Amino acid sequence: MFRLSIVTPEKVLFDGEVKSLFVPGSEGYLGVLSHHAPLITALKPGKVEYREKSDRTAVLALGGGFMEVSGNKATILAEDVEFAEKIDLSAAEAEYNLQRSRIAAHAKGDTSVDVKAARAAMERAANRISIAKEQR
Amino acid sequence: MATLREVRTRIRSVASTRRITKAMEMVAASKLRRAQQRVEQVRPYARKMDEMLSHLAAGSSDEIMHPFFEIRPVKRKTLVIVTSDRGLCGSFNANILRRAMQWIQANQGTAFEIVTVGKKGNDFFKRRPYPVVRFVGDWGGVLKYDKARALVSFLTERFSTGETDEIDILYTQFFSLVKYRVNEERYLPIAKPQVGEGGSASDYIFEPNPTDIYAALMPGYATTKLVTALADSFASEHGSRMIAMGAATKNAGEMIQTLTLDYNKARQAQITKELLEVVSGAEALKG
Repeated sequence: MFRLSIVTPEKVLFDGEVKSLFVPGSEGYLGVLSHHAPLITALKPGKVEYREKSDRTAVLALGGGFMEVSGNKATILAEDVEFAEKIDLSAAEAEYNLQRSRIAAHAKGDTSVDVKAARAAMERAANRISIAKEQR
Repeated sequence: MATLREVRTRIRSVASTRRITKAMEMVAASKLRRAQQRVEQVRPYARKMDEMLSHLAAGSSDEIMHPFFEIRPVKRKTLVIVTSDRGLCGSFNANILRRAMQWIQANQGTAFEIVTVGKKGNDFFKRRPYPVVRFVGDWGGVLKYDKARALVSFLTERFSTGETDEIDILYTQFFSLVKYRVNEERYLPIAKPQVGEGGSASDYIFEPNPTDIYAALMPGYATTKLVTALADSFASEHGSRMIAMGAATKNAGEMIQTLTLDYNKARQAQITKELLEVVSGAEALKG
């Protein structure tokens, strides 16, 4: 058991004891159990999963962030993180299509589009969609 | 003494002003509640980020390599001033702008530029011969994280490209309903995080490596810093307005009381006068 808190600029999304944690680290997915060595890592967009004391697992879609593990405590800092069951699938799909069309517009020569940002946003939307579908 | 009619008109006008200030007080109170929540929400994130940064500094070598830490000889400075969009909030804007003028006095020697957030600050500098390079208005309602990012990227870009060597931010820090303070903070370069005590911090594993983590972390850190300042200012503005309007309502109430007293006195005086006329008229007839 160790303490996990997931903090966003808007609120503290989760703060409690968990048995295990699974996150998309910058070098690939990694698992965290009790008494993990101190670690600071950047997180990529992907799936965050943790198992609570009652063995209930929760799944979240993450749009990138950071994690610090120290003293049997893990903290995830993220601007864009959501519980899988709370994802608005149609909004995510709309976002995905919007970003796709923006990238297409860029390919046709529309210079007002920030492709890098659009690609990243599309990737995050795709991640939300796949996680939401997986849960249903 | 004013005539009866004049006093009556004044009472009516003060009463309607009181209705307005009362309504404004109530609106400010409800907005304050939301703004206060926002301050409380963003603080844990900012705190965690500070923590992470200091652990990162403790664990990595002395050379922290990120452009935001770079201290250069100061050729040009930037001042970001956070004011409100609307008035009628007591001395809130006056306090900020007074500090801004002090800052300008203190930096007469160097070239500087100004960035204003909030219409009141912009109006103030419109009439003065200082260069305003960017203005963000109507920010109150749109205190969203991604909106603030546009301003952050403007500032960080200016700093990174060497257009400016130091950025200060002037905002109002929110402590409680009755306590706020104008605060001047160095926005960029960011002070190298203090290495916390406790040597164990150096055992950290970094993935992929400190430099890359810094590169990913710093833009978010800069945004959080600005968002915190904005959230604080916004809450302070509403607190300040609520108190100013509360005082105005109270004063209007007192004024109505004195005016009513005047009115009654005038009315009584008139009745007495009329009575006197009648009585003395009757006396004259008798005689």
